[in-house]
Amino acid sequence: MAIVVERPKLTLAEKFYLPAVLAGLAITWKHLKRAIFNKGIVTMQYPEEKWDANMPDWYRGAPTLVADEHGKDRCVACQLCEFICPPRAITIKPMEIPEGDKWRKVEKRPEEFDIDMTRCIYCGLCEEVCPEQAIYLRKDYSITGLNRAEMVHDKETLYKLGGVREGLVFKWNELK
Amino acid sequence: MDLDLILYFLNIPWVFLLWTTFLKSFIFLNLTIIVVSVTVFAERKVSAFIQDRVGPNRVGIPFTLIGGKKDSFFFGLGQMVADPIKLLTKENFVPGGVNKFYFWLAPKLVMIPPILVLAVLPFGSTLFGVEMTIANLNIGVLYIFAIASLSVYGITLAGWASNSKFPFLGGIRSSSQMISYELSMGLSIIPVFMICGSLNLNEIIDWQVVNGWLVSPFWPKGFSVGSLLHPADALHAFVAGVSLQRLLLWIPLLISFVIFLVSIFAETNRLPFDLPEAEQELVGGYHTEYASMNFALFFLGEYAAMFAGSGAIVSLFLGGWSCPLIPDGSHGWFWGLVNIGVFFVKVSLLLLFMIWVRWTLPRFRYDQLMKLGWLGFFPIALFNIFLTAVILALVRN
Ligand code: SF4
Ligand code: SF4
Repeated sequence: MAIVVERPKLTLAEKFYLPAVLAGLAITWKHLKRAIFNKGIVTMQYPEEKWDANMPDWYRGAPTLVADEHGKDRCVACQLCEFICPPRAITIKPMEIPEGDKWRKVEKRPEEFDIDMTRCIYCGLCEEVCPEQAIYLRKDYSITGLNRAEMVHDKETLYKLGGVREGLVFKWNELK
Repeated sequence: MDLDLILYFLNIPWVFLLWTTFLKSFIFLNLTIIVVSVTVFAERKVSAFIQDRVGPNRVGIPFTLIGGKKDSFFFGLGQMVADPIKLLTKENFVPGGVNKFYFWLAPKLVMIPPILVLAVLPFGSTLFGVEMTIANLNIGVLYIFAIASLSVYGITLAGWASNSKFPFLGGIRSSSQMISYELSMGLSIIPVFMICGSLNLNEIIDWQVVNGWLVSPFWPKGFSVGSLLHPADALHAFVAGVSLQRLLLWIPLLISFVIFLVSIFAETNRLPFDLPEAEQELVGGYHTEYASMNFALFFLGEYAAMFAGSGAIVSLFLGGWSCPLIPDGSHGWFWGLVNIGVFFVKVSLLLLFMIWVRWTLPRFRYDQLMKLGWLGFFPIALFNIFLTAVILALVRN
């Protein structure tokens, strides 16, 4: 059923626009007057002032890899994240863990693990899909580089950003 | 001997006219461009303040933060220079599929009319006996209308030549906008001519110097610094300035002023009438496809049009270069300079007002603008002419 919204009846003053215009000008004038003396400014001076302390726990920053308490890759190179990543930012080159290695029974680990930060859309799907809780989105948001190559995070960078996570890390707890 | 010869040559009437005109054009044009870049900066600052932001504050002189991480010393004034430099050095990208000739022509067509309009604006009284108008035309105001309405061609052409739907819509809107305000704009200032009896901007200003600014209800005639000291004189001036006719004429003149002011907003494509470039609907409107200096010419054109429009308002209604208690240029070069200053101060205040309005009002839909033009301003302006005529005929001084 169609709902007919009655148009409000305008008074003569409203039809002439001018009173409303003047009222609007008065409002903006108030803001202008206040802001000229540096009061009531709501923006931040970014590089000097940051919002970091107020970042929510669920903030999705740069995706990173984490190591476990033994210093071993948590990642088993299953490549699920590579497949799920919508913009295909992740490139993994898996390798077999050689005979005689302490972690031989894990069988696979990534030889190379690149995340192209110019492609990543910070969706968090990689974190969600990872069966080993090896990849996490952290709070780093200021990812910069002078060229495209610098914007590709390789395995080393990813571990540096990610650090170590001990024990069984529940993806959804406050530790993240 | 040589110097005498040069002086003699420079004083031959036509040579004198030639070089003073060139000099005036040069100086006025450069002043305008400076005013334009200051206006762009003011626009950014004022918009920031109105929205509770700080605005550009980083670019100091020479274009870096001075003293490390503190706000720069000059409140970001370097931005005025940095903006044009950025625009000048950008790649001038021309998309494929545009009609190249018209694509290149359009920005120039937008830019030239406002600058031509400057020619008839009296921006000062006299300086060393030289009139501070580039061209003292008898049809000054008509000339302004004729030239100013040309800039719509540039916009329409830009929209058409870009070969893209958004600029095209912008161009169409621009022409539909023009037919709705131009008529009432022309009609709105007829009362001014009826009262001053001239189309010449200089004569209109001279009239205002004697009889007071057109937007004021009364004017102390012959009021001067001298009469401040003699209360009797001052009182006399005030009494002489008040008349029934003037008081009655105030009503049609205020109506004229408002209609003309609003039409100037439409003429310069400023909010609330910036339909041709409506960012939220048309990406960038008619200049969507433009880059670098071509875009900058549109930009310059818009701000130069604001300047010219404000100049026209100031000359027609706000007394031009005149200011109470300040004598004109015939009392010495110093006062001549002060008069020029007064003109620029008035224009700047109007420009600030335009900026202020821009950041206050939402955009009109274009059927609303047409309705406002045809059903609102047009009849009111017509009625206004009759009102003025009746007042002038029935109420004598
Ligand atoms: S956050 Fe999304 S886009 Fe970024 S790497 Fe993970 S899956 Fe890919
Ligand atoms: S990060 Fe997780 S999902 Fe991606 S390859 Fe390693 S184990 Fe698999």
